Formats: sequence, C-alpha cells, structure tokens
Amino acid sequence: MNFMPNLKTASLNPKLIAGGHRLCPGCGLGVIVKQILSVTTDPVIVVNATGCLEICTSAFPQTSWRTPWIHSLFENTAAVASGIDAARKAFERKNKLAGKAKKMKIIAFAGDGGTYDIGLQALSGAIERGTDFTFVCLDNEGYMNTGYQRSSASPLGAATSTSPAGKILAGKQTARKDILAIVAAHHLPYAAQATPANHLDLMRKAKKAIDTKGPSFLNVFSPCPTNWKSASSVGMEICKRAVETNFWPLVEIENGKWKINYQPKNRLPIAEFLKEQKRFKHLFKKEGSESQKRLQIEVDERWQNLLQLAEIS
Amino acid sequence: MQKILNGNEAIAFAMKQINPDVVAAYPITPSTTIPEKFSEFVANGEVETEFVPVESEHSAMSACIGAAAAGGRAMTATASQGLALMHEVLVNASGLRLPIVLANANRALSAPLSIHGDHSDSLLERDSGWIQFFASSPQEAYDLTIQAFPIAEHEKVRLPVMVCFDGFETSHLSTNIEILSDTAVKKFIGKKKMDDSLFDFENPKTFGGYTTPDYFFEVKRGQAEGFESAKKVILEVGKKFGKKYSQPIEQFETADAEIILAVIGSAFGAAKETAKNLRRLGKKIGVIKIRTFRPFPSEAILQTVGKAKKIGILDRMVPLGSDGGVLFNEINSALSSTNYKPQTTNWIYGIGQRQFNPIHAEEIFGQLFSGKFEKINFVNLRG
Repeated sequence: MNFMPNLKTASLNPKLIAGGHRLCPGCGLGVIVKQILSVTTDPVIVVNATGCLEICTSAFPQTSWRTPWIHSLFENTAAVASGIDAARKAFERKNKLAGKAKKMKIIAFAGDGGTYDIGLQALSGAIERGTDFTFVCLDNEGYMNTGYQRSSASPLGAATSTSPAGKILAGKQTARKDILAIVAAHHLPYAAQATPANHLDLMRKAKKAIDTKGPSFLNVFSPCPTNWKSASSVGMEICKRAVETNFWPLVEIENGKWKINYQPKNRLPIAEFLKEQKRFKHLFKKEGSESQKRLQIEVDERWQNLLQLAEIS
Repeated sequence: MQKILNGNEAIAFAMKQINPDVVAAYPITPSTTIPEKFSEFVANGEVETEFVPVESEHSAMSACIGAAAAGGRAMTATASQGLALMHEVLVNASGLRLPIVLANANRALSAPLSIHGDHSDSLLERDSGWIQFFASSPQEAYDLTIQAFPIAEHEKVRLPVMVCFDGFETSHLSTNIEILSDTAVKKFIGKKKMDDSLFDFENPKTFGGYTTPDYFFEVKRGQAEGFESAKKVILEVGKKFGKKYSQPIEQFETADAEIILAVIGSAFGAAKETAKNLRRLGKKIGVIKIRTFRPFPSEAILQTVGKAKKIGILDRMVPLGSDGGVLFNEINSALSSTNYKPQTTNWIYGIGQRQFNPIHAEEIFGQLFSGKFEKINFVNLRG
C-alpha cells in the first residue's frame, strides 16, 4: 500500500457528497468527508451517527449524498455498519452480489460523542468482531450539535456549556480520553490520526484505511468555529498549530506498529494552539493559568509516551 | 412431519428453514438457546446466514437494521432486559420501515431481578411500531415465525414483526411439533424484493434522514397506515399457512358464554382446560386468546364476546399507576365503541412466573360467578 495521494486524480473521482449542505462556514466536517471520500473509486456506503454532519446533509426531502447513506441512531453507528458488512458476507455466500457492489466499502462517520462516549461500546464490539469497515471519528472536542457540552474528547481547561469557566472552576477539570490508544488496544489492522490541514497525510491514511481488509479507524481533528469561538477563516491554521504543539500528533498504527508521521522541529507552546479560540480565553487569566500549565504537561507527557511507543514498534 | 422441540428449538428450527441473511443476537435467559442452537447450524454449514455475535442487544437490533437496510433478511432473539435495552432501536427500526423479525421469550423486568416469565417486557414495547404476536405454544411460536417475513415484507405493511412467547412455559416446553418441509418454507416465504437497498449503487438512497416539523407527522402517519394494511395481510398470510390463523384471536366455546376469560400467551391452555371441565358441569363459559396483539384485533374481539355478561381480562403485568393492565384497557377501549356493555374485570396473574394453573383459572371463574371480585384482582398472590 504505497498510495501517494494525487490531488489531480482525486479531484476527478466521483463527488459522493454534494456541495449543497447546511454545515457552518469554516466547519471542518465537510472538508474532511470530501477529502476522505475523494481517495477511492470503489462504491461506498456511508453510515452516519446522529450529529452535525447527519443533520446538515440529510434534511428530508433533500440529501447531499450521491452514494447509499444511512443514519440510524447516535451510539449504534458501528453496529449498523456491522450488520451491513454481515449482509454483504451473506450475499456473497449466496451469490447475490452483482457488478461493482462486490467492491463496496463501508465507511462510518461519527463525532467524538459518537466515538469516545456513547458510541464506544458499539465501536469496540464491531472492531473486535473484525467488521470490514472504516470508522472515522470527526473529533471537534465536544457535543457541538447541541451547543458544545463537554465530551470525553474535550481538552483539559476547555470552557464548554457543561464545564463553563466560573469563579472556582476554570473549564473542564479532566484530561481527554486517549481514543487512539483505546482503539489500538483492539489490535486492529490499521488506525491513524490526522487533520484536514495536513490533507495529503489525511488522504493517504484514508486510502490505507479504506483499502484495509477488516476494521480500520481514523481520528480526524475537526475545527468548529461556532463553538470553539474562533474565526471561521482560521480553522486550518488551528489544525496546523494542534500538530505543531504536539496537541494532535500525526500518527498511524499499522499491524501494531506505531509510527509518528511528523515531528515538529521546535514544538510550539500550547498557548499557540489555545489563543485563537475563545473557549480557552480564561486560561490566559490568573484563574486559568494553572490549567494551562497542566495542559502543557499533559501534552508533553503524551508526546513522550508516543515517542517510546514508536521506538518500541 | 413431526419433531419433538421446545419453544426455543422450534424457533431456531424455523430460522434455519428461513435461512435469513443475518442473525445478530446476544445471550439472555430464557431465549439464549435460540442463538446457541442457531450458531450450531451456522457452524455446521446448515444455513448460509452470517451470524453476528454482538456485544449487546442494542447492537443486535442495530446490526439487524444495517442488514435489513442492505436488503437482507435479518432476525434476532431476546427477552426482558434485552428487549428493554433494544427499545430505542426497536422504534428506529419500525420508523425506518425495515421488515426485521424478532423472537421474544417473555420475561419479567428488573428490579427486583427475575429471570422468570411475564409479559411486562413485550407489552412495554406495544407502541414501538412492531407487529406483535403472542404464541401460546411451541407450535404457534414455530408457525408464527414462518409467517413473520411474508407479513413484514408485504409492500403495504413494511413493518417489523415480534413473535412473543412465554419464557420457560413455552421456551422450555418440549412438545411434538408439526413442521413443514424446508422446500415448503422456502416457497411460503418466497424471495425478498430488493426494491430499496443500500447495495443499490446505481440509484443511491438516503436512509434515515433528518425531518423537520413539515414532514415528520406524515412519516409517522404512514406507519399507522402500515398497521391498518397489516390487519388484512396477517389474515391472508395466516389463511395461506393454515385455517387456525385465519383469525387474529382464538376462541373456545364463546358462542353462548355468559362469562368469558380473555388471555394472552400460554395461559390459554390452563384457561381452556378449566372451561372445558366447567362446561361439563353446565357452566356457560368461554375463553378468548389474543394472538395478534398489534395491530389490536378489536373487531374480532367484539364479534366473539358479543353475548357475555362478564369478561375477566387476564393481564400478565402489574398495572403501576394505571386503572388496569394493558389488555384490560385495550379491550375496554374496543368495547367503548359499541353499545354492548359487559362487566369487565382485571385479573393480574403469573407475575415473575407465579404459578397459574387450571385451579387458578377455576378460582377466577368461581369469583366471577359469585360476584366476589374487585375491578383489579391479584391471582395467587400471598397476603
């Protein structure tokens, strides 16, 4: 699998999601989905968890999807994909699959709520059962569709509507869950982390994930200007800073081997990631300075762990 | 052809003959031996089904949704807490109009924990948009499982079907069962039409989109119409299967009965036995059993109970804060549309598998004759 994304070729591939959708200006979701779907010419079935992407692309009687698409519930996306995969296997056994359906790929999209929190059990089960699909977590670090409540993907210190910055609490008090390590612990064939700003890296990983036989997982950082309270024009810049600060390392795990795809020469301080987003503004005040320190320590410690993992691999 | 099978084995055997595309299931007493038995069929290559051993009942029904949306025939089996955990997905499956078939071995709901039978699990799901059958014997459980797909997939119905049968009393009762040949089953259920499928890449479709207040109501009304059509389709399919199923209810000696007991499920046996014995003593009594619970067969019930002065309605769930059990309220609601006003009373029995034998049915008839009863009565309850 030495796929190198070619933007010219990718741009000629069928556009499975139409431009007409209701996502906010500057939202990362549409960009990411387009980048991921552009890397394959195989037929694709999209399974979508409840959330912004689902609401903004499927309002009856219109649809933005030019490919078979299903939304069932919030937490069962991976299980629905499992059922589709099972039907495919049964159809193959019964010789009921014709034409290009034989090459179909199943791609699930869920937010961080539908992945880290409410969807974790179904995801774990589907991976363990060897479901042949790609599960993409569109991680915007909270429940954005309901007005930014904290999820277990929300960073330490983030002010959300259920972890507001108050007089005695400076935003979210606990660290983010390490979903990539949790997924990797299932010993699946392929898992990776990416951002839409590093688009060639994302597209290469998407191609690898989609072409992998068996379960694969992508955790993609997705800017949410509406709830991060950042300008709609700086989403990609925030993605880049998430990478340059080591807040969001670009990594992949192939058959158990951890690989860091990019190491910043001079790691930027976490403040560079925080400062364009008003959800962190209290971290620059006296009452939040401790939280900012803790977040810096967490990011550095996790990076050190990652270096060790990559080295051991 | 006859075979000795218990209720669970009978359903597993029916599933084998149906040879569905996908079975997704999670173990739960008293339905566990259905997926156990079925995975033996899979392991021995006796079916072509893909078995999905999911990590929860929520995922079992979710996998069924994926498989059915792909155009496959999908089945599962569960009970009690499992059905309750599925609740959200049951409503979703019916809203998506997916013809999934589920076998439910009726069992009480916790707390306190009970692994034993009553109807509180499936009756809680009576408004989840599923056609509900209540079998009263392993034979009926088998027969109804075979009939389920032709009903569920009928173009005017397109609703999922739940075949309910009593945990232990039916699930673990071994009897001689009249089974169809594999070819007869194959012919009876026919091939599934693939008019809407996720696997149709030429005409891609969006399943389960978001609706605004402009459309949601119409979609739900469509489901209600599916139930209207189902009334006829259930009888058509039933008639084709066998004369017994040409009615949504079953009756015993109701024509001249002054007192009638109305039941769901396996209690029909005890009630019928008792009525038979009391008839010999000249008592004018009868029994009706509601087999199709959703859509509720109001007309058939009214036609059958027409002459009775008293109807004792048996509910195998405890009404909590309601003026009667589910069946009691349903039958009273049916009666409210007529001028015929028999005295209706509610008899709560068999909760958490409290014994219900002919002797208890006899007590109910006795009390109904003597007039010693309340509106809601608890059968075989201590204290």
